[in-house]
Amino acid sequence: MTSPPATSPPLWLLAELTYRCPLQCPYCSNPVELASAGTELNTDDWFRVMQQARKMGAAQLGFSGGEPLVRQDLELLVAEARRLGFYSNLITSGVGLTGDRVGALREAGLDHIQISFQSTDSDISELLSGSRKAFAHKLAMAEAVKSAGYPMVLNFVLHRHNIDQIEQIIDLSHQLGADYVELANAQYHGWALLNRDDLMPTKEQLDRAEKITNAWREAHPDGMRLFFVVPDYYEERPKPCMNGWAKMFLAIAPDGLALPCHSARSLPLDFPNVRDHDISAIWNDSAAFNAYRGFDWMQEPCRSCPEKEQDFGGCRCQAFALTGDASQADPVCTKSDQRNQIDAALTAANCHNAVSATMQYRSWSASQNIIASTP
Amino acid sequence: MIDPVSIPQLNKHFRLQWEEAQDCFVLLYPEGMVKLNESAGLILSCVDGVKTVEAIIAELSERFPQVEGIALDIEEFMTTASAQHWVAFS
Ligand code: SF4
Ligand code: SF4
Repeated sequence: MTSPPATSPPLWLLAELTYRCPLQCPYCSNPVELASAGTELNTDDWFRVMQQARKMGAAQLGFSGGEPLVRQDLELLVAEARRLGFYSNLITSGVGLTGDRVGALREAGLDHIQISFQSTDSDISELLSGSRKAFAHKLAMAEAVKSAGYPMVLNFVLHRHNIDQIEQIIDLSHQLGADYVELANAQYHGWALLNRDDLMPTKEQLDRAEKITNAWREAHPDGMRLFFVVPDYYEERPKPCMNGWAKMFLAIAPDGLALPCHSARSLPLDFPNVRDHDISAIWNDSAAFNAYRGFDWMQEPCRSCPEKEQDFGGCRCQAFALTGDASQADPVCTKSDQRNQIDAALTAANCHNAVSATMQYRSWSASQNIIASTP
Repeated sequence: MIDPVSIPQLNKHFRLQWEEAQDCFVLLYPEGMVKLNESAGLILSCVDGVKTVEAIIAELSERFPQVEGIALDIEEFMTTASAQHWVAFS
């Protein structure tokens, strides 16, 4: 088997430790078929994965999920990551994060924590509606994170049902002493795609939220930093997804499936499992990882497009989900002949404003039902 | 201007480390990694939160007597490093 020329090593390793999660966010980017995943990797499997990826040159490591805090061996994994020289990041909803756990993670050598406040977390919904008790709880957690010496990095997923509370969200972040706040609209993968029409904000909502964010920045030039991310549906060009397929990013799903992007499980490719192959064979030689490397796989309009080196044709998962063919241009691109699908979704979002009763909350049983009803 | 008696300290959210796979020093931080060239790596590895800029200049001048203008290089690097928030001075 011949490897394609000049494959750069993976620099980022995303360890999705588990699909278990105490929350049920309808905008979760986990795959809707999560209930069909195999058993979780054990501690030794993860040690092996980390060692192999590190040896290839991976330096950044993210622990996510699901909720990574439900893994009892998280501290062990963090300690091993530190020993190997990874810069480790924990991406958590903060549910289950106590002062003691923060201390233990710090002790184990964790470098960074990002708390993703979820609007389905009862604390947050109560907070946004002004509950003192919920606030005290989140504040205690924020203080634990700060006093361990971590910057406070918060992330809020925005959608049509919470985006109008942007002022409260910014105020809350400020009161919690945040350093960086990501105000990111949902990305329409997995559960979020399923619920897209209930989650997509209107143009008006989006403009208002952006205006308020900008006004806050202007009023607080030295304050916390706010990053506002609009849904890519409202853009004319796709985002350079993962900076290119299998170029620097490697995700390992809870059951050991190796993926070039955490959403890629939905693609009809035969992804290798770390239980069967080592990381370097997966990265360099597997058909799945080579499928969309470089530019040769592209069709028109991407193939002859001068912008292909900037956006790599966008997101393969979005192309597949909306066109049924992962080698098409991401339909967000206005050069794509499938852009009408994006426009139709936007039109729908902008003309109906009813709160739909069809929202599907992410859960194991909902996933089982979806799997059972797919032919 | 960098004060020669000030003490540079690495931003605590950054980690300086030798990367075998890349054969260079790198700075790691939450969103990524910067590869450092040889002299930047050498200078930053002298930054320990104790030594002054002056002391670092003296140390590296002694180790590399053949390099001309080393003091200027170090001061320039410190200015860049400070602008990038890699180091702060006290
Ligand atoms: S998005 Fe919500 S449901 Fe999905 S893993 Fe994160 S906290 Fe859990
Ligand atoms: S045609 Fe393809 S490569 Fe060109 S801008 Fe659109 S998505 Fe990007």
